[in-house]
Amino acid sequence: MLDLVNIFVKGIFIENMIFAYFLGMCSYLAVSKTVKTGVGLGAAVIFVLGITVPVNYLIENYVLKEGALIWLDASFASIDLSFLSFIMFIAVIASMVQLVEMAVEKFAPALYGALGIFLPLIAVNCSILGGALFMQERQYSSIAEATSFGLGSGVGWFLAIVAIAAIREKIKYSNVPAPLRGLGITFIITGLMGIAFMAFMGIEL
Amino acid sequence: MSTEVISAAAEVAVKEPNEPLFSKKNKRLLTDPLNDSNPITVQVLGICSALAITVQVKQAVVMSISVLAVMIGGNLIISLIRNIIPSRIRIIVQLVVVASLVILVDQVLKAYVYDVSKALSVFVGLIITNCIIMGRLEAFALANKPWPSILDAIGNAAGYAWILIAVAVVRELFGSGTLMGFTIIPESLFGFGYMNNNMMILPPMALITVGIIIWIQRSKNTALIEEN
Repeated sequence: MLDLVNIFVKGIFIENMIFAYFLGMCSYLAVSKTVKTGVGLGAAVIFVLGITVPVNYLIENYVLKEGALIWLDASFASIDLSFLSFIMFIAVIASMVQLVEMAVEKFAPALYGALGIFLPLIAVNCSILGGALFMQERQYSSIAEATSFGLGSGVGWFLAIVAIAAIREKIKYSNVPAPLRGLGITFIITGLMGIAFMAFMGIEL
Repeated sequence: MSTEVISAAAEVAVKEPNEPLFSKKNKRLLTDPLNDSNPITVQVLGICSALAITVQVKQAVVMSISVLAVMIGGNLIISLIRNIIPSRIRIIVQLVVVASLVILVDQVLKAYVYDVSKALSVFVGLIITNCIIMGRLEAFALANKPWPSILDAIGNAAGYAWILIAVAVVRELFGSGTLMGFTIIPESLFGFGYMNNNMMILPPMALITVGIIIWIQRSKNTALIEEN
């Protein structure tokens, strides 16, 4: 149980998707103008990561990995389909996002309007595929660990986008040099936040 | 289905030669993304990979070439089949095309530059979700003929590449005193107390370097300045 909490906390702080790996920067930069849309997108990312990482974990361990097909028949032991992992993962992600999109459209139309183009684009949000690929690279030992990694990364991403959105709302009232306004200053602030988050790096959990 | 693809392709190919290959409009497709509509600093696409793999110039170069290959392939294929893709499922179609191309690139990298492929780790796979590729497929290749689409792909990949390589040069030169693995900063300088800036190797400095590049670019090109 403690293992799961460790993986969760690690995903939020130490291996934060944005500050340590820069995954999902495109939507992070584009949707962080107000806290409200930031919260919406962040919640969508938690949800999608929490679903797709375990699903991809099952696919990885029961279909793609070398010898994973052994549960079908002993003669499949030597089959290694891992070169197909990109296309399988992205297919799972794209269909999951479609599902989330339909759910949001039905139950929260206002949020759907606010998120606009970025909801379908979660499919190409690097942090989702990145979560699946990190899960594959780090070889988690059970589906519970994979799920807590997915949720932890999602919460980390959520924190990052809400934090930057709050800062950007305030920075409107500051006198930023004209060429830096908007994108430039956002990059630099994210860099500084990244340096702050590096304080977590030495912590062993 | 496959005969349809071929006939659509043939139809497009027949219509092609009406316009000179490098007309003014086509040249703009190549040059615009370098500055006025740069994918990274203006359109804000494809940031993720741009930041994570710029510690060394070699990685940046390999990444740029991979993205160039995937973009040309993807833009060409989508542009050829654009008339037969139902618009409701176009995202899936695009993802499948891009994912197949990335698998090819990944296998080639593993075969010929294994060390770089290991260093890039998940970021080769993440070319699939590189927003530049999806963005250009969606915004350009779906509505244009193959030849302009190829030019658009080359232009955008070049715009992406120059930012990537610029950031990598700054980070590698100041971070470890080398370029492409060769020592640039002379040993004697270290005798005078010069030190490599280890900050530069850390991930957050990539963001700050890009921020500064944007600053320089927008002070030269004032049309790009944002309201807020």
